[in-house]
Amino acid sequence: MRRRATVFSACVLLICFLGSFFTLRRIERANLSNSMEDVLFISSPQFVKRASLGYSGLLADIYWMRVVQYFGRKHLRDSMEYKALAPLLDITTTLDPNLVVAYEWGSTFLDQPPPSGAGDDDAAIALIRKGIQNNPNDWHLYFTLGFIQYLGKHDYLAAAQTFEEGSRVPNAHPWLKIMAAKMLSDAGSMDTARYLWQNIYDESTDNNLKQNAALHLACLVVDQEIPQLEALVAEFRRRFGRNPASWKELAVAGALKSIPLDPLGEPYVLRSDGSVTVADEKKFPFIRISKSASSD
Amino acid sequence: MSSRIRAIAFNTFRETVRDRVLYNLVFFALLLVTMAPLFGQISIGVQRVLLVNLSLSAISIFGTVISIFVGISLVSKEIEKRTLYPVLSRPVGRGEFIVGKYFGLSGTLLVNTAAMALGFYLALFLMTRDFTRADANVLIAIYFIFLEFIIIIGLALLFSSFSTPLFSALFALSMFIAGTFAGDLRTFAEITHGPQKWLAIATSYLIPNLTSLNVITRVSHDQFIPRALVAYNTLYAMFYAAATICAALLIFSRRDLK
Repeated sequence: MRRRATVFSACVLLICFLGSFFTLRRIERANLSNSMEDVLFISSPQFVKRASLGYSGLLADIYWMRVVQYFGRKHLRDSMEYKALAPLLDITTTLDPNLVVAYEWGSTFLDQPPPSGAGDDDAAIALIRKGIQNNPNDWHLYFTLGFIQYLGKHDYLAAAQTFEEGSRVPNAHPWLKIMAAKMLSDAGSMDTARYLWQNIYDESTDNNLKQNAALHLACLVVDQEIPQLEALVAEFRRRFGRNPASWKELAVAGALKSIPLDPLGEPYVLRSDGSVTVADEKKFPFIRISKSASSD
Repeated sequence: MSSRIRAIAFNTFRETVRDRVLYNLVFFALLLVTMAPLFGQISIGVQRVLLVNLSLSAISIFGTVISIFVGISLVSKEIEKRTLYPVLSRPVGRGEFIVGKYFGLSGTLLVNTAAMALGFYLALFLMTRDFTRADANVLIAIYFIFLEFIIIIGLALLFSSFSTPLFSALFALSMFIAGTFAGDLRTFAEITHGPQKWLAIATSYLIPNLTSLNVITRVSHDQFIPRALVAYNTLYAMFYAAATICAALLIFSRRDLK
């Protein structure tokens, strides 16, 4: 009798657990349109700090996790809006002003153009300036600020000044000085950008940062190769009075040795109007030339 | 429901309602709810939002405290006072005892939640002098809060069936906190790889999913709550609570009460 009751209870337990599992999956689907994730109920960092009752470090870590999850979720959906990102980062860094990772990564999240980031250079600069104010001896923050001023704002003079200031910080990396000089001499050139990303790639110990630098380097290669390929197409057009139908035609004409491949190994796409692009633009979120060509 | 379960449930209800700690909590919650309009007056433009958030949070927090602390004492108190033995010496099974206790406390929480909801609507009427369709939407959030309670009561009973009151309270409280992060855990699972991903997924389904039961902020902004969510949340709470009761039953039926 007791054994039967036990078996019965175990079966009901299993059925109920499975029931809860499947219902939860339904709930996830029904609850997809949760548009409240951008609502920040407590927006005052000072209030959150006081309410933390001295556990502000722990709360900062929790908020930092929230920042990463918020960014990750939006990024996965290719979102064009990151409304709560800047306030969340402000709360995180007010709770723990020495959380350097939040300034470094947070400003990158804010700076990168949508959908890769919020595309808010001013918010990124404000955050990193706050970081420098709280951690004046961390050269990485000067580097990040100079970097945003250089690539985001194209304010080469300000970037040169920031790199110069950073180079004076104890234990600063020597190439900050080189970057300061490059900003003043040939800031707009692709070589400078390549130098910058190559240094990040070589020096970084963080895998995510390394991957990001590798992606930027790949995009720079694309930005360099596309005009070269388009020049070959223009030359073909000049000679034959029409655009080539395929890369093979260009190869037969002696302009190319083989089908040109992008840095990920995919053949470049030759459009009927003679413009060139990559096979999957999503894989090269930072390219400039191809995107502007496609929007023309 | 058998008459024996009904009798135990009714006695549990009567006993918990008489509990002074319970009255204090309800009194405090009601006080907070009636104070809400005053908080609203010192803020700008968010009086209703603040009232809804504050009141519903108070209902949720106090109800959770009651669910955990009264829930864990349901079985242990009976063992401690030795009142369990005369009950079990009659033709009452251990399963009936557990189920009766569960329904008794759920009834108490239902009455408490209803009383606090009434206090909220009273405060809302005092503030706005009018009810709108959006105010009816708040009832869904209150209903979800009650569903949260029936899950927590089940967990408190489960832990108290094999552990001491102190540890049961700790376990139940931990499950409650973990449950509020269940949504984040699933997001975390989405962005991780390897064994951590599967561990995060398994844990997120094992702990109670309290994230989808919390729509307080959404109703405060008069956001639409899908009817399907109401139906699925109801089903989920019933399944999860039933699973905890079954687990409690399995453990309690094997427990040596000598």
